[in-house]
Amino acid sequence: MAANGEALTSGGYIKHHLTNLTFGQHSDGSWGIAHSAKEAAEMGFWSFHVDSMFWSIGLAFIMFFVFRKIAKGFSIENPSKIQLFVETLFEFADTSAKEGFQFKNLWIAPLALTIFCWVFLMNLMDLIPVDWIPELFIFLGVDYMKIVPSTDINIALGLALAIFIMIVYYSLKEKSPIGFFKELAMHPFSAKEFGVSNTGVQLVINLFILYPLNLVLETVSLLAKPVSLGLRLFGNMYAGELIFILIALMFSQLFTMTASGFMMGVAGGALQLVWAIFHILVITLQAYIFMMLTIVYLNQAHEHGDH
Amino acid sequence: METIVGMTAIAIGIMIGLAAVGAAIGIGLLGGRFLEGTARQPEMANTLQGKMFLMAGLIDAIPIIGVGIALYLLFASGLVDPVALKELLG
Repeated sequence: MAANGEALTSGGYIKHHLTNLTFGQHSDGSWGIAHSAKEAAEMGFWSFHVDSMFWSIGLAFIMFFVFRKIAKGFSIENPSKIQLFVETLFEFADTSAKEGFQFKNLWIAPLALTIFCWVFLMNLMDLIPVDWIPELFIFLGVDYMKIVPSTDINIALGLALAIFIMIVYYSLKEKSPIGFFKELAMHPFSAKEFGVSNTGVQLVINLFILYPLNLVLETVSLLAKPVSLGLRLFGNMYAGELIFILIALMFSQLFTMTASGFMMGVAGGALQLVWAIFHILVITLQAYIFMMLTIVYLNQAHEHGDH
Repeated sequence: METIVGMTAIAIGIMIGLAAVGAAIGIGLLGGRFLEGTARQPEMANTLQGKMFLMAGLIDAIPIIGVGIALYLLFASGLVDPVALKELLG
């Protein structure tokens, strides 16, 4: 397990499984793969998590080609099993998009389908036993390999950032910049509701006290949307992956070539299985929630205010 | 130096503990309401269940973010094992 001279301690094992394969500029200026977590940290901003990108973009292509093949070979007379499965996925995403989104925008349903399938595929990588692929890549000479892209905070927040850009774009487009700013400034407090009758006084109170307060509150809640969207996915998958690692760690130290040691190994395997089965629910649920919230947020972005 | 390690360990314990309490109470209430709803209208069980899972995911979103940060502090931040902390402090 020692990638490059790291002592095989429990900390080393955990640290190994949590570091990404990062490509970036070494301290001496040459570009290359970081050989240790410290080196990767020193690479600073311009360092790329090659493994997360490889697995996430690879899964995206797999998904894209499967859908394309099904769409091309679509037949009503004798649909293949895969086609039926893709149809159910399609209808699932389509109905959720229709329920949650009441405006006319052709991007939303395909976006919902893509998000659900891609995030689900990325999460699905977590069910592969935690040691297999990193071990294989160590055998092939690659030091680190984190195969679950959604446990990489950059991927999770990257997805959320893309959704945030769409939210802001559609807010500005549908509500017009003034409308969007009005919505941010006028909610939730306004002097009229506090029983101030005189319009002059109302204007003063609104402009100097309530509207700045509203602006702060509304911008915070606007920024909280993508952050919570991304961190929710990251938190669930990171904690899930870590528990797989901890179970493996806990039972591997007890695994010796004696009968009781062997029993410990079996017990470890059983516990991994139990956690994996529960994790199947978490994986689908997180993908579903990511999709539903995207639809709801974009729906809010399209709403014309009552002003 | 030891206080940092000690404080971080306590912080991690509190974060994960409170997250567990929050999520447990939230989902306990949710489950109870769900059972009441299905008891009152059994034919709504299916749609209610869908909504319940959605809400369960939303309820333990913030706690799991807390747990995620606590686990980051524990494993990846190097604030807990003295060796890495010595490097961090230089």
